[in-house]
Amino acid sequence: MPLYHTEDQAMLAETAAQFMGEEGAIGKQLRHWRDRGCKDGFGHDLWKQMAEMGFTGLLVPEADGGLGMGHVEAGIVLEEIGRNLTPSPFLTSSVMAASALAHASAEGKGRWLPGLIAGDSVFAVAIDEGAKHRPERIATRAEKSGNGFRLTGKKDFVVHGASADMIVVAARTAGADDDEDGVTLFAVPKDAAGLGHNSVRLVDSSMASHVTLDGVELDGDAVIGEVDGGRTVLNKVLDAGRVGAAAEGIGVARGSMDMTVDYLKQRKQFGKLIGEFQALQHRAAHLYSEVEIARAATIKAQQLLDAGSEQASLMASVAKAKVGKAAGLAVKEGVQMHGGIGMTDEYDIGLYMKRDRALAEFMGDVYYHADRVARLSGY
Amino acid sequence: MADLEAFRAETRAWLEANCPPEMRQPVQDESDVYWGGRRATFKNDAQKAWFEACRDKGYTVPAWPKEYGGAGLSPAEAKVLREEMARISARPPLSSFGIWMLGPALLHFGTEGQKKHFLNQIARGEIRWCQGYSEPGSGSDLVSLQTFGEDKGDHWIVNGQKIWTSYADKADWIFCLVRTDKANKYQGITFMLYDMETPGVTTKPILLISGNSPFCETFFDDVKVPKSYGEDIPAQVGEVNRGWDVAKYLLGHEREMISGADGGARTSAIGAAMKRSAGELDPLLRAELAMFDVDALAYACMGEKFLDEIKVGKAHPAQPNMMKYAGTELNKRRHELFMAAGGSTALEWDSEETRGGARAREWLRTKANSIEGGTSEVMLGVVAKRILELPGA
Ligand SMILES: Cc1cc2nc3c(=O)[nH]c(=O)nc-3n(C[C@H](O)[C@H](O)[C@H](O)COP(=O)(O)OP(=O)(O)OC[C@H]3O[C@@H](n4cnc5c(N)ncnc54)[C@H](O)[C@@H]3O)c2cc1C
Ligand SMILES: Cc1cc2nc3c(=O)[nH]c(=O)nc-3n(C[C@H](O)[C@H](O)[C@H](O)COP(=O)(O)OP(=O)(O)OC[C@H]3O[C@@H](n4cnc5c(N)ncnc54)[C@H](O)[C@@H]3O)c2cc1C
Repeated sequence: MPLYHTEDQAMLAETAAQFMGEEGAIGKQLRHWRDRGCKDGFGHDLWKQMAEMGFTGLLVPEADGGLGMGHVEAGIVLEEIGRNLTPSPFLTSSVMAASALAHASAEGKGRWLPGLIAGDSVFAVAIDEGAKHRPERIATRAEKSGNGFRLTGKKDFVVHGASADMIVVAARTAGADDDEDGVTLFAVPKDAAGLGHNSVRLVDSSMASHVTLDGVELDGDAVIGEVDGGRTVLNKVLDAGRVGAAAEGIGVARGSMDMTVDYLKQRKQFGKLIGEFQALQHRAAHLYSEVEIARAATIKAQQLLDAGSEQASLMASVAKAKVGKAAGLAVKEGVQMHGGIGMTDEYDIGLYMKRDRALAEFMGDVYYHADRVARLSGY
Repeated sequence: MADLEAFRAETRAWLEANCPPEMRQPVQDESDVYWGGRRATFKNDAQKAWFEACRDKGYTVPAWPKEYGGAGLSPAEAKVLREEMARISARPPLSSFGIWMLGPALLHFGTEGQKKHFLNQIARGEIRWCQGYSEPGSGSDLVSLQTFGEDKGDHWIVNGQKIWTSYADKADWIFCLVRTDKANKYQGITFMLYDMETPGVTTKPILLISGNSPFCETFFDDVKVPKSYGEDIPAQVGEVNRGWDVAKYLLGHEREMISGADGGARTSAIGAAMKRSAGELDPLLRAELAMFDVDALAYACMGEKFLDEIKVGKAHPAQPNMMKYAGTELNKRRHELFMAAGGSTALEWDSEETRGGARAREWLRTKANSIEGGTSEVMLGVVAKRILELPGA
């Protein structure tokens, strides 16, 4: 498959760019909700509009009422979300939770998917149990109880956790904390007794929750996939999240780079446009190379995921790590090349830096994924 | 698609039957590379058999039209062939500046007569070419070149000096930039082809830091270059005084080649290979290798994307500059890591174990990657101005 967008995908990209550029713009969404201290960190009206555009159910199979598209298409929407810093539950709900729900029972799908597709429901995914991403280790316990399960433990950095109508929770039904096997995924509804939130605002104005599971009682039909065999589904959710976060990161990198390059063409110092200084030109050109390369790796990972290739998981980590490096560079250079004005809240460039920091941690940072590339490559 | 799968099966069978096992190993040193030319000799029978099989099939230049010595493969078929060759680590049957640089320029700018004549020679490895661009005073600022060709009616008299001419002493012919109009900087350069045996052409090898001496100073002393080699075979490519366009087009291909964007061959992680050869890795070296592999695997995706986009005309025309910059900087890093992992063994300059210091010599050679064909600084300048459209061109 060639590594560029097909005509249909290019059309989707145009539509998504226009929509996010208008409806999802920084002033209309991010700043608007931030300045009001919004408890969700995003606007439900926009989520509803995204449903009308068909974005919400993009990865849901047609048989289940969705569009049955792939990670390349989801990545197109995510790149525009990143470029406009649009706060939205798209990545957690439409990409990660939807990937999990693909393995749910018919009842589970029937219960959750219509709300997602209509833009009425928001989902979150609870994996991490600490300040750093480490999905290999899962300590949260799920014990058999009656015909269902009883969940006990805590989860951290659950993005949109407190706003979610349902949280996909990875818990341990057997074995020790570091075991590969013995993991099960559950769909935990927001009104489940024993589910608690300590929701905090992050540096980028998004909301994440420290979730407590204090003997949460669930029916057997809350299970997604196989009991004790949840690791396979979890890995798919993780890969979807990695590649999705990479796509959004590319949007952040490109948005920040575009702003910076524009600024270099406008700002005069020493009687010249600062873009004429070779010291800045070379750094901008280097930055451009890094972002383009990271984007190629991301599209490759999306295509491999859609093709169900064995290489997909490795390339997902390559993409997440490479985007982490490139987007980090883009925002740092962005603020520096803006000079003093880049330090002001009024100017958007700093917002890119904040979003990048949150995305860099989400689903594993550069170091986690570079290490994973090494492990998967056998060293 | 079905056709492509059939082509893949056919190709696989053909390679199985025609590529000798000795040709399925990475190139170790210069003697493993076959450059063709009047004075060429084969290292062994396998090299000869592999070259001849490919030549007869058009596989020295698979994507060129059949009438010019190629196999006339479509871009998709050529990609399949590349992949299948990479899969068995097949060596290139013929390496040649004619294939990488002059050929594409002739395909684009040559007359029908020039194409028939020169491209077939290139494809069949009959003539070995060298590139006469750089001069002592004209490197990055190539357009300032001074070598002058005086118009004498049916021929030119060329005087001047070139430098850094790779393999000038081994080449049969040169493609050479010659100033033919002193008053016009850009539109006063002619792209000429002539025989290195013409009286007045002399070469003097230059020793490199790798201890090898693959390039030369080249002197032109009243060299008589005819204006034509036969009907519809002019000695210059493109029009007289318009050689700069040809030169730039050729540089694009040269940069693409040096960037290593050809995909396939470089896509595996080096960390794993280092662990096999060096044993347990120091944790900090392992971390650097992991970071390198992230960059290298991502770059391989970029190489694939770049080639895919070039084929359908989606790539920005200045994109080869970005690829050249990123690919060559990466290759230098790769060889720094090889040296670090190799430890003191990698320092051995003439031991049998290191095949005469191959690793160290290759490490030193890679330092030229970000100089030859335009330096990294010049590439960044082009990207800044032509792609990012920053001011001050
Ligand atoms: C937190 C903070 C506190 C400050 N406090 C004070 C204060 O108390 N009093 C005060 O007077 N000022 C203060 N400043 C202003 C500060 O001195 C300026 O921001 C600084 O001198 C840079 O100028 P500038 O912001 O106009 O950036 P610009 O000069 O516009 O620079 C923009 C970018 O272009 C680059 N650039 C500019 N010229 C060149 C060149 N010739 N070659 C290569 N690159 C170039 C810069 O490095 C920068 O990356 C403060 C700034 C900040 C951020
Ligand atoms: C192994 C090898 C093989 C070669 N083979 C051939 C060949 O076959 N035929 C041929 O014609 N040539 C060949 N070359 C020459 C090559 O193209 C030149 O070396 C190259 O173009 C650089 O020119 P220079 O060496 O004169 O360096 P200079 O142009 O003098 O550059 C010196 C330094 O200044 C920097 N610099 C120059 N201009 C700028 C600028 N505008 N902005 C910022 N920095 C700048 C450069 O990046 C470099 O770091 C070869 C070179 C090597 C190393």
